[in-house]
Amino acid sequence: MTAPDPRHAAEVVWRIESANVVAVASRVVGDVGLGEEIAQDAFVVALEKWPVQGVPPNPAGWLVTTARHLAVDLVRRRSTYARKLAEVGRDLSDAPGPDDVSDLDDHIGDDLLRLVFTTCHPVLTTESRVALTLRLLGGLTTAEVARGLLIPEPTAAQRISRAKRTLAERGVPLDLPRPQDMPDRLPSVLEVVYLVFNEGYSATSGDDWTRPELCHEALRLARLLVSLLPDEPEVLALDALLELQASRLAARVDSSGTPIGLLDQDRTRWDHLLVRRGTAALGSAVALGGPAGPGPYALQAGIAACHAMAPTAGETDWAQIVHLYAALAGVSPSPVVELNRALAVGMAGDPAAGIAILDDLRDSPGLRGYAQLPAARGHLLERLGRADEARAEFRSAAGLTRNAGERAMFERRAAALR
Amino acid sequence: MLYMTTLKVTRQPSTPVPASLMEAVMALGAEATRAGVLVDTRGLAPVAAGGARISLVGGALSVTDGPFAESKELVSYALYDVRSRDEAVEWTTRFVRLHLEHWEGWEGEADVQPVFEAPPVP
Repeated sequence: MTAPDPRHAAEVVWRIESANVVAVASRVVGDVGLGEEIAQDAFVVALEKWPVQGVPPNPAGWLVTTARHLAVDLVRRRSTYARKLAEVGRDLSDAPGPDDVSDLDDHIGDDLLRLVFTTCHPVLTTESRVALTLRLLGGLTTAEVARGLLIPEPTAAQRISRAKRTLAERGVPLDLPRPQDMPDRLPSVLEVVYLVFNEGYSATSGDDWTRPELCHEALRLARLLVSLLPDEPEVLALDALLELQASRLAARVDSSGTPIGLLDQDRTRWDHLLVRRGTAALGSAVALGGPAGPGPYALQAGIAACHAMAPTAGETDWAQIVHLYAALAGVSPSPVVELNRALAVGMAGDPAAGIAILDDLRDSPGLRGYAQLPAARGHLLERLGRADEARAEFRSAAGLTRNAGERAMFERRAAALR
Repeated sequence: MLYMTTLKVTRQPSTPVPASLMEAVMALGAEATRAGVLVDTRGLAPVAAGGARISLVGGALSVTDGPFAESKELVSYALYDVRSRDEAVEWTTRFVRLHLEHWEGWEGEADVQPVFEAPPVP
């Protein structure tokens, strides 16, 4: 039997609760940069007090309450200061007003939602949104953000501090979007979580093909969003998509780090708990529906579910996947969607038609230097028995990718075509 | 990292399960779900409600109907998807603490065990 070491206890509770603490403090003071500082002050108080007074019976509540007190004190000092300034005749009408101090009810869910919409605010660049969201909502240290995104730590620190500064300078309030603004604000939030996941799922650079820890950070963020916005079909659909994609993490790379294509994976290695969670979330998303029909995440999750439900690669319902990609191209057209639609058309039994779609993409500026384009051509040419051309395409893909594992996979496929 | 926690009761008070405990358990479950860490959980009916035990001893299989004589019974399980063992221990401690706060005389224990990660594809 060991009593918990109070410092260690404080650190563990901080890891779990930091997003809640930052959210509450930020809402009270109306600023995420300041909110984060106050949250960290509360953590420091815990590090000082817990070893002396013992770990409180409700450590998480203690941290939140302490941060809230610190935040309220700051707001009071500020308003006293503002009043004194006003007394000497200064105009403060442009100064940001403090949050209503009397409204201190415990609505952590709402506070988290405000924080989500602020760290993912469209005034920020995408890379700033990603870094700030991982920091404040994921509760990662700056070093962990840097490691997750494979960027130098000073770069991560700079993105985070620039994001906070931009929010402050632009006077972005920690508001909940009005219902009519949701369609404009929500995609920016979903995009951030999706990007974090993808960065871990198929790393665009570096030696490792996947970074599963980062995928799980994104999954936890997606699940948080589901709890905060349970009636938004695209939130459920994003969660469904990520659960389904993550179910394949243990199957999509071999011990040498070389990626294994979806159709070549050992399906017994797929995580069936995540498949079940993903299909359940997709079911809820579809049941909620929406006036405009399934959105881009629901369609992508539908495609992922087709793969998840096929007992073997040979039993994949490619016709349904072609149908879903066509719908996806309708709601969210992009060259990458077209590329995947071409592959699905090829797999559904018409490789020549697939190649024709790829031919139309040849000059697409969005796909310039994109290794997956020659790889897709190679795949379909191989199915047509045009081995020499397929080999050349795989070699070209190997020359384009920046990921070492992916390069090895393309080289292996080229070498197999003899 | 996936951890499974199993809760066992060793001393069951004669009082019925307090409603406040059930509420607190639901609230904690909602909190862990919101944090994205609680991925599966179930409560189990007592063995007396229809359980059985299949044992292999000395080369012989046998099936015994419950209830069983010994004192530990599984109450529930939960699967946590967390960053570290420490976090799994913390969530589970919160869960056991609810019993201290809401059900006088209850005694039991929760085990936290890592779930095997799939070995790399050869």
